[in-house]
Amino acid sequence: MDRITIIENLKNIITPFVGDKEALDNLTEQTDFIKDLNINSANLVDIILDVEDFFDIQIDNESMEKMLNIEATIAIVEEKLASK
Amino acid sequence: MDTTAILNQLPYTKPFLFVDSLTKISDNGVLGTYTFNENADFYKGHFKDNPVTPGVILSETMAQIGVVCLGIYLLDKDINSGVSIALTSSSIEFLKAVYPNEKVTVSSEKIYFRFGKLKCKVSMRNEAGIEVCKGEIAGMIIQNKNKDE
Repeated sequence: MDRITIIENLKNIITPFVGDKEALDNLTEQTDFIKDLNINSANLVDIILDVEDFFDIQIDNESMEKMLNIEATIAIVEEKLASK
Repeated sequence: MDTTAILNQLPYTKPFLFVDSLTKISDNGVLGTYTFNENADFYKGHFKDNPVTPGVILSETMAQIGVVCLGIYLLDKDINSGVSIALTSSSIEFLKAVYPNEKVTVSSEKIYFRFGKLKCKVSMRNEAGIEVCKGEIAGMIIQNKNKDE
């Protein structure tokens, strides 16, 4: 799965949790879930669980703590997909 | 951890403690009871001359038994000053009224407990065994890093 496809899929996963559609339209790899998209830590857990289901990967606590923006999330998804 | 130890760990007290006893607890769920005291303050205003247990109180009772007690059991450690708990979402249907002095039984089934968030499917039944409310409730454990360091 290439990077663009991963970003597109991530965007679909996070959309239901974001109230600010403008922030979503301006999404870049530097977009921070909490600061830029106003996602709280409880919703972040649901996003991570949806990421696990969609990409069929397991995310551990250590990886979860790193998944604060789009770029870091792509890195974790790529790493987990590669080690499958 | 036994059920008495869990009750002792609850961060609530009167008039906002809505757990009397836990009858069953495991990694997957919990069963507990509470009897609504007819002298509770909220009955004086909800409603005027017609006391009915408010939905928010039923939700709170479901959350305290179904999510907080189970969360303490799953954590299997002290809810000390370094940890806070917070309700993060609830979606409840209210099916029947609950009146003063009614004893209710709350059953809760874990949906997931991941990354500090516990989400449960919770149901409340009255003494006749009829379901009075049901839904999903989630809460989170928050580490107060600056307190313990």
